[in-house]
Amino acid sequence: MDAVTITLNHFSAAAVFALFASIVFGITHRETTREMVRYGLYCFAMFLGGVLVAGWAMWVLRR
Amino acid sequence: MANSTTDKKVLPAEPVSMMAVVAPAVGWLIPGCGHIIQKRWIRGGLLFISIATLFLLGLAMQGRIYRANGGDILDILGFIGDVGAGGFYIITLAMDWGQGAIAFATADYGTKFMIVAGLLNFIAVADAYHIAIGKKQ
Repeated sequence: MDAVTITLNHFSAAAVFALFASIVFGITHRETTREMVRYGLYCFAMFLGGVLVAGWAMWVLRR
Repeated sequence: MANSTTDKKVLPAEPVSMMAVVAPAVGWLIPGCGHIIQKRWIRGGLLFISIATLFLLGLAMQGRIYRANGGDILDILGFIGDVGAGGFYIITLAMDWGQGAIAFATADYGTKFMIVAGLLNFIAVADAYHIAIGKKQ
C-alpha cells in the first residue's frame, strides 16, 4: 500500500498550524470557557497576522 | 521569656495525590487524556484532536522523526520536541515511519509539525498537572 502523502502550500500549512496551536494555547492558558475562546481567537489572529506581515516584509527585502 | 523571633510556623507539605502523577503521565502518552481522566471531556478531546492532527499531518507530509542517537544540537532539540508526542512518537518509531523525504518541499513543514505537536503536548501535560493539584479548574 502506498504511503499517504499530503501536500500543503505555504499559507495552508501556516493556517493549519495556527489553528491547532491556537486551540491548545486557548485551552491551556486561560481559566473560563469564554476566556479560552477569546484567547484562542487572539492567538490565531496573531499567528496569521504575523505570517502575512513576515511575508510582506520578506517581499520588501527582496525588492 | 521573650518569644524567639526565629520561630516559624512550618506548614505540613501537601501530599502528592495519585492524580498529580497519573494525569501528566497519561496525558503525555495519549495527548489530551490527562484532561479526560479528570472529567474535562471537551478540553481533553480538543487537545487530542489538535495534537494528533498536527502530528499525523506532519507524518503525511513526509516529515522526519528525530531519534535519540545524539548527533548535533539541532537533532537533539528535534528529538526533545518529537518525544513530547508520547504514544504517537513511540508508534512512529516502532513502525519505522517518519523517514523524511528531501524530494518533497513540504516535508520540512511536516518535520516542524511533528516537533510542534510534541511541544504542545508538553504544555497540555503541564495544564493537566495544574488541574490535578487544584491550581486550575
